Formats: sequence, structure tokens, C-alpha cells
Amino acid sequence: MQYYLDLLSFGPEGWGDELLAGALVTISIALATLPFGLALGLAIAVAKRSRSWTLRTFATLYTTIFRGVPELLTLYIIYFGVQVLVQRVWSGLGLPGNLDMSPFLAGMVALGVVLAAFSAEVWLGALNAIQKGQREAASALGLTKWQAFRLVVFPQLMRVALPGLGNNWMVLLKETSLVSVITLQDTMFIATRANVATKEPFLFFSAAAAIYLFFSVLSSWGFGRLETHANRGYARHGASR
Amino acid sequence: MTWCEYPGAWIGLEVLQNYGCRMASGLGLTLQLVAISFGLGIVIGLGLAVLRLRGPKPVRMILQGYITFFRGTPLLVQLFLIYYGLGSFRLFWQDVGLWWFIRDPLYCCLLAFTINTAAYQAEIFRGALQSLPHGQAEAARALGMRPFAIFLRVEMPQAMIVALRPLGNELIVMIKASALASLVTLFDLMGATRLAFARSFDLSIYLVAALIYLALVEIIRRVWDGLETRLTRHLALR
Repeated sequence: MQYYLDLLSFGPEGWGDELLAGALVTISIALATLPFGLALGLAIAVAKRSRSWTLRTFATLYTTIFRGVPELLTLYIIYFGVQVLVQRVWSGLGLPGNLDMSPFLAGMVALGVVLAAFSAEVWLGALNAIQKGQREAASALGLTKWQAFRLVVFPQLMRVALPGLGNNWMVLLKETSLVSVITLQDTMFIATRANVATKEPFLFFSAAAAIYLFFSVLSSWGFGRLETHANRGYARHGASR
Repeated sequence: MTWCEYPGAWIGLEVLQNYGCRMASGLGLTLQLVAISFGLGIVIGLGLAVLRLRGPKPVRMILQGYITFFRGTPLLVQLFLIYYGLGSFRLFWQDVGLWWFIRDPLYCCLLAFTINTAAYQAEIFRGALQSLPHGQAEAARALGMRPFAIFLRVEMPQAMIVALRPLGNELIVMIKASALASLVTLFDLMGATRLAFARSFDLSIYLVAALIYLALVEIIRRVWDGLETRLTRHLALR
């Protein structure tokens, strides 16, 4: 027992501090991806409702592709593919040296484009849930289209979209484990390395599972709170919170 | 030239011609993995959902823990925990005579995928069963039906219709998640693709794989839409 505790302890002997650092990388890449993916998703959702045929087709194609291709494959394509592409442009410009795409950036972009595809569906459902009258009333009050979106539609959008976005976040959190295959030093990567060094796979993958579980449970609690907060205007009297 | 080399030769993609046969058998393995784990998942998930709703309290709590764990951690962690983690207790498995199972990455993959999808499907079935109005079971009881008959003839048919759409989504998630099998040395579609890329350094093979996965998902989506229209035709507005 003491042996296992030592392995998980902090300091040069144990892997506790490394695992904690990995957990930080996991949560950072998830948090870094979130705004990028959600914003892109909202843009795609708006494009799906656009009057322009080109925009609509592009948006539909985008969501079909990125919802249908395994995340692992998307990650490889972006990590290797974009790297080759960027390198070609770099050399084509006659610039010296090699350009390496950092695993963090590649992971962020890959997870972000996938998150965008899935969150676009959530945004779309929420956009459809807001009646036309809201926009008409806003325009009757003299608000521009952008003002109507920012002041009238968006605040209501968040309330409707929150449960779906919460799901998107949980999926994203778990998908970050894939970035370990492109050598980003997240929880999963550290657990794999600890396993190679100590030959205690059960211990370290359990520790990794505990870290992910902690984040998941924390998130689901947090989203519960957020939803109560977003719905406070709709809570029945005396039943709030 | 065998049949599996034709697509590559036909579109003039050398890497696909060279690795076409491996890709084809990889696709076969992917389909097998998904079909077996999803099929077993339905059976287990349904059982778990019923126990989760109507079982004794300790069982309900244990199941809640199981579902939270498998839905709250990445499938990759679960796969490694089973393949590497359980695999490290070699002497124990040899004692109980299950070493042949744990040793094999294919069985480990099937086990991980099955218990993972069972947890998700249990939640789907639970939601579907809970969505039925109480009056349905009460009316059936008033008609003198036995509990099992009520479940089989009144609750199940209605719950399955509610569960149909989320089950389709889960199947699509499984197809995509099956790519993880390539990380425990299996040559599924993703594994074959990785091998082809590692040997040829031709990125277009990844795009071919993406197209195959996309086609799979699209076929399932179409089939599922058809299935839904067919099964709910008595509910359709004329």
C-alpha cells in the first residue's frame, strides 16, 4: 500500500505532481477550445439560417463532415495535414527553417472544429426556439439587426442553449484525452508515461480516470447551477434555486 | 489484382491501391466491433435501465455509480484501464482461466466498448421509460395485466419509439469511437489507415478514411430515418 502511495506522491519519486500538471493541461486545452468552438458553432448556425444558398450549403456540409468523421482522424488530419500545408507555404515564401505546429494548437483546432459542428446544432435549435416576433418587435423599436441579436436574441439564446452546450462541454472534456496521441502532455499522456516507467498501469490509468471523473462531476454540478441561474426568471414563485 | 485493389487503381491513388486490401479488412473489423458491442450494449443497457428504475435501492445506487463512471471518463481511459490495467494482473487471470480473454486486444476492445455503450444506452432507455405517462401502466393494471405483460406489451413498445433517435445517435458515436481500437494495436479501419500512412507518408489516405467513415455515418443516418418513419407510421398525421 505504502508503495502505491509513494508512486502517487508529490516530489521526484512520485508521479503526483506530474499528474496534476497533466490535469492542468487537460483543463487548459478544454477551456481554450471552448470559446473558439462555441463562437464558430454559432456562426455556422447563423449561416444555416441564412438566405444565401452558398452559406447554407457550406454550413450543412461543414456539420455533416465534422460530425461524421472520428475525432481521432480529424486530429491526425489537422496535425499532419495542416503542418505539411503550412510548411509548404512557409518554404514557398522562401523563408528558412522548419515550422512545427505545436500539439496544443493542433489539438485546439481539431477539437474546436468538431465542437463547432456539434454546438452549431444546439445553437440552431435555440435560435429556432426564439419567436420571430422578438426580432420584429426589436426592429419596430428601431434596433439594428446586430443590436437586436446582441440585446434581445442572444440573452434568451443562452438560456435555451445551456443544457445542450453543457453536453457539448462534457464531450469535449473527454475528447481532450485524444490529444495525448499527438504528444501533448495531458493527463492521459502522463499516465501512459508513468505506466511505461513503473509498470503499474492499473494504478495510473485509475488515477487518470479519477481526474476526468472529477472534472466531469464538477462540470455537471456547475452547469446545474448555471441553468438554475439562467432560468431564475422562469422559476415558479417560492421554487427558485 | 484482387477486388480490393481496384478502387485505388481506378481513381489512380497508389497508396489506396497498395493498402486497399488492408483498408477493406480494417473496415470489416470496424463494422464487427461496432455491431457486436452495440448489440450487446442494447441488451445490457436495457437490463440496467430496468434495474436502475425498479431494482432494490443498493442495486440502484451501484448502477448509478457505474453509469456516472463510464459516462464521466473518456473511452480511451477505460480502454487502457482494461487492456493495460487488467492485463497487468496476469497471474490472477491465469488462475481463474480468463487470461486468453484479457490478453487479446480484440476482446479487451469489445469489453470496453460494450460496457461503455451499455452505460450510455441505459440512460437512453431510462429516459424513454420515464417519459411514459403513469396512466399507461395504471390503465394496464386496471385491465388486469400482470407486471411483466405490462412492461412487455404496454411500456416497451412506446419506450422503444422514444429511444429510437438517441439510439441512432449512440450508434454513430460508437462508429466514430471505434477508431480508438487502433490505439491498442488493432487494425480496424483507422489502424489500417495509420499503417498505410506510416509506410507511405501519403496524407491522402487519411482523407480516404474520413470519406469512408463519413459514408458509414451517412448510411446509418438514412437507414435510421427510414426506420423511424416506418415504426412511427401509426403516429403520423395524415
